[in-house]
Amino acid sequence: MRPRLRLGLKLTAFALGVVALAFLPRYVSDFRAFELHRVGVFFVAVLGLNVLTGYTGQISLGHGAFMAIGGYTTAILMTRYGVQDVWTIPVAGVVTGLAGLAFGLPALRLSGLYLALATFGIAISMPSVVRRAEGLTGGTTGLNLFGIPEQTGLGLEVRLLGRTLTYNDWLYYLTWGIAVAAFALAWLVLASRLGRAFRATRDSEVAATSSGVDLAATKTLAFGISAVYAGVAGSLLAIGTAFVDPNTFPITLSITLLVGAAVGGLGSLVGPLFGALFVVYVPILAERFGGEVGGALPPWGQRIVESPTVVYAAVLIVLMLVLPSGAGGLLGRAADRTQRH
Amino acid sequence: MADFFQQVVAGLASGGIYASLALAIVLIYRTTRVVNFAQGEMAMFTTFVAWTLMDRGLSFWPASALTLAIAFVGGVAIERIVIRPVEGAPVLTVVIVTIGLALLLSGLAAAIWGSEVKSFRSAFSTRAIDVGGVVVSVQDLGVIAVSLALVVALWLFFRFTKLGLALRAAAVNPDESRLVGVRVGWMLALGWGLAAVLGAVAGMLVAPTVFLEPNMMRAILLYAFAAAVLGGLDSPLGAVVGGLAFGVIQNVVETYVEAVGATLRLPVALALLLLVLLLRPQGLFGRAAVSRV
Repeated sequence: MRPRLRLGLKLTAFALGVVALAFLPRYVSDFRAFELHRVGVFFVAVLGLNVLTGYTGQISLGHGAFMAIGGYTTAILMTRYGVQDVWTIPVAGVVTGLAGLAFGLPALRLSGLYLALATFGIAISMPSVVRRAEGLTGGTTGLNLFGIPEQTGLGLEVRLLGRTLTYNDWLYYLTWGIAVAAFALAWLVLASRLGRAFRATRDSEVAATSSGVDLAATKTLAFGISAVYAGVAGSLLAIGTAFVDPNTFPITLSITLLVGAAVGGLGSLVGPLFGALFVVYVPILAERFGGEVGGALPPWGQRIVESPTVVYAAVLIVLMLVLPSGAGGLLGRAADRTQRH
Repeated sequence: MADFFQQVVAGLASGGIYASLALAIVLIYRTTRVVNFAQGEMAMFTTFVAWTLMDRGLSFWPASALTLAIAFVGGVAIERIVIRPVEGAPVLTVVIVTIGLALLLSGLAAAIWGSEVKSFRSAFSTRAIDVGGVVVSVQDLGVIAVSLALVVALWLFFRFTKLGLALRAAAVNPDESRLVGVRVGWMLALGWGLAAVLGAVAGMLVAPTVFLEPNMMRAILLYAFAAAVLGGLDSPLGAVVGGLAFGVIQNVVETYVEAVGATLRLPVALALLLLVLLLRPQGLFGRAAVSRV
């Protein structure tokens, strides 16, 4: 298939996708709209993580911590400084981006498993730091964003596409509007020279350096960009839940993000969508599935099958064994078939 | 001064637990080049198994022995069923698999035993004895003794038995080991089995103090990682020294440095981990990795 044709097809698919997203809330329940808002949040976060891990080859087990930075930035700006929630999003992105750059510098000396360990440590210790900085973060009690004047969407009469938006619809459009922009931005960055530097770093650092790629700058930028995405996602999550405390961004969040990236397929821009759908819906489906199947089992057997964590983990392990390159990898291989070899 | 020694002994005791878990991590890393993020949850799960056995009426020592046997079989099974298929896969896939395993065990434990805290009998009495002016608990001494005994036992195993030699050979040079008749596949499984046993011991040593619940080992895993990295990921001696040292540092810093309370335990561990990784990635006793370009 000719390159121009492929590009045209991709753009058409993108346009269709955007249209579908715009009209979706009309046809789904209000609660579903909230669920889809969460899918959007994870989509943005996993997209960012994918830039770092899938395209640049740096493992991060700590992106939940970046989401926490974004989320808390939003919460603090809203409660202490009276900033309207929508305007806190870019600020959260910038702040988290700076944190990402700051971490990217020492991370230059680490690679592979050691980087995984270091970022794992960050994820585990973040809740403690949040608790300790009580004055700023509200410690264990957290910060409440519900009902304060800085919260847009409640009591606002917004009409879009011929209907008045409910609060969840507003969240949906806010999140997916940003998600679409984030997707487009990622696509542009990855198609640029920087994107090629990312891929070169992932494929072979030695070859990359010999070709003139500045490894330090590339890796640091990858961390920074992925952190911006995570920060924005965290900000949206905070706005959506209207409350932040150390449990809003637990250790498992970092793992969830990495799972989303791996399941969706690293090195793919559409992959994060599948990854986000996986991490949001598998636990929900697990609970439903468990309830139906568990009837014949003894009580502890029932609890096992009903446990979202167990089903989620089991599906994850099987998926990794069967499809090491994730859903995106599968799509990639299918797309490759359309190319003439 | 006596107070300081007390803190050191207490630090050595928690250090002993970190050392046991760190030893398990190092064992798996050395034999299979995999960092087992599920080590803590495996330890937690086997401790629950021990609890169940004792709950059903078995007395402490038979229950513990049986638990260790179960842990061994479990470790072997996990290696063959879950880890073997992803042996040649990219690093990230293996990381995800071990993380998935951790989640699975955590979820299973919560589903089977519930999340309420359970008490676990200690192998040692909680009496305190006076050693030259320093008051130490028998339990702390017991933990230190067991950890050291484990290390010695492992050292003897690796150094003086044929099986130990085969395991070492399989880790260092799988292909040539196959040529001389070593069943490399089963050696890897053996490594995981032994590591599972180490983890079980660590879990049973720490459960009396921190109480048995599904999240029991999470923080300890990070401390064990910090200890393993401090000592050197491919050095068993390093794991032990690192573990003991880390336990002491942790305790002393918490007690004597005002700004750091118990709430900052985890970030302090992280800070130490980062420091070691940045300044001396091979740890105290590990070998520096040099790659030829």
